[in-house]
Amino acid sequence: MAEESASPSGPPAERNDGLRLAILWVVASAICCPLVYIVWGPHLPPGAMSSSASGQQFDLTVLATIATPVVLGVLIYFAYALTFWRAKAGDETDAPPIHGHTRIQLIWIVATSTIVLALAVFGTYELIAPAGAGGGEGPQPIWKPNTSNILQVQVIAQQWAFTYRYPQYGGMETTQLVLPLNQAVQFNVTSLDVIHDFWAYQLGVKADANPGVNNVAYTTPQHTGSFVVRCDELCGLWHGAMYDYGQVMSVSGFQAWAQQTETAMAKITAALPPYALTYDPTVVPVLGKVLVQLGLTGAGGGFYNPNDPEQP
Amino acid sequence: MSLAARVTTLAVAFVVVVAGIVFVVVHIILAAPPVEDYTPYASNGQVNVVLQTDAQATVTNKPAWVTYFIQNPQTKQWVHTTYFAVPANTRVNITIYEYDGCTPLRNPAWGQVTGTIGGVEYVNGTPTSFLNSWAVCGVAHTFTMPALGINVPLASPTTLSANQNLCATSPCSPSDGPHNVVTFSFMTPAVGGTFRWQCIIPCGLGYLDGNGGPMGTPGYMSGQMEVDA
Repeated sequence: MAEESASPSGPPAERNDGLRLAILWVVASAICCPLVYIVWGPHLPPGAMSSSASGQQFDLTVLATIATPVVLGVLIYFAYALTFWRAKAGDETDAPPIHGHTRIQLIWIVATSTIVLALAVFGTYELIAPAGAGGGEGPQPIWKPNTSNILQVQVIAQQWAFTYRYPQYGGMETTQLVLPLNQAVQFNVTSLDVIHDFWAYQLGVKADANPGVNNVAYTTPQHTGSFVVRCDELCGLWHGAMYDYGQVMSVSGFQAWAQQTETAMAKITAALPPYALTYDPTVVPVLGKVLVQLGLTGAGGGFYNPNDPEQP
Repeated sequence: MSLAARVTTLAVAFVVVVAGIVFVVVHIILAAPPVEDYTPYASNGQVNVVLQTDAQATVTNKPAWVTYFIQNPQTKQWVHTTYFAVPANTRVNITIYEYDGCTPLRNPAWGQVTGTIGGVEYVNGTPTSFLNSWAVCGVAHTFTMPALGINVPLASPTTLSANQNLCATSPCSPSDGPHNVVTFSFMTPAVGGTFRWQCIIPCGLGYLDGNGGPMGTPGYMSGQMEVDA
């Protein structure tokens, strides 16, 4: 790859392209990596509104920082080649033959293997350390927050809206998702019809909502404010409009809201089925006499049974 | 093949493809139910919108799906659509003639009236804030607009005989069968926009998850409210 350059006082000197490329790459990486980590990192999604969100932001920051030298290496090599290895006008000679280079190959294999294996270890650890990283862990979560003071919130998905049930507050069910600051939250996510997905974006929480299944996810809100909840599983006509907004407020504010809502919702709560981790609306013990006579159930139209997942 | 024949063949093929694309765009992608425009009929900060729910649509060649109708504000004729337009920052007084039979809510929490002025609906003139569709066969559909927090369960006939003698030809009139008149009001936002609404009872009977067919087809049990700024 070296190119001969003319020297007025003697034989042409051989330019050490490898050394020049290495110096350029090291200098650029030394400048850009801290910039990516310190300047760009705090602005990466999904933010730092909760423990799981800040954990995801940290992961993305680390990945972006590690990727920076790789990207710079490619770009610098590309620019260097375009600048210094261009064919001169009228030069139709072949390029030098390429031979294997054991040292470069060895360095390449060791370096890339190290990076990939290190990322695998890092990713596995990060999945465990922040109690599941905000993802749905299924009905029997392996990783739980290290505290017993956990707010239980049931997320019930239905075409095409979410409702939220608070078993520690009388089992009330509302369309409002309100959470207290700095308290661990356990989301119990389920569905009454098809497969949905509960995605509280700024909280870094994302868990599938499957009918007949309780999918558990954890987080701890760290900042007050509002966040967006979206369905992230294509679930029918109004899937794109299946979203709402949640609120993280102070502990005292949350307590006031919860108690006020519990009182206001008492009449409706009494009519709800007993709190359970999943619901089968085809089985409604209190269904009215005329409904039974008409052959109707609480799942008008049929229930998407996990044992019978095929559409007609 | 001669040059003229090849050119002709190419031109015909091009025209056929373009016509097919135009047909798909116009008749499928851009197809939508008509919009009943109530905006010109608002006065004194209020507008009255009238709808009805029927057990089956008998005005189209589609399956006899359960459906909403909206009354044209000028002609007072019933139009098979679920799209209507109202002005911004206006009190919308909705009247729904409910002719369909009962279907219990999959989640009884949606039996609560929310988002309306006063937090109530009026069923045949009686204020109501909650209908328990599991205890009484008394809810047919809902008018639910999540973005504005509006949910209104629509009271149905409650007896077995009434549910077996529903209006069979749409659009229905009060003499065609048992029905309830549900009224409620809400304020439109100060800014314009499109707000989707739906029935949240899975009333698409015959569809496994309940929300196929009429529930998943605009013009039947879901629609849009356009707010004109």
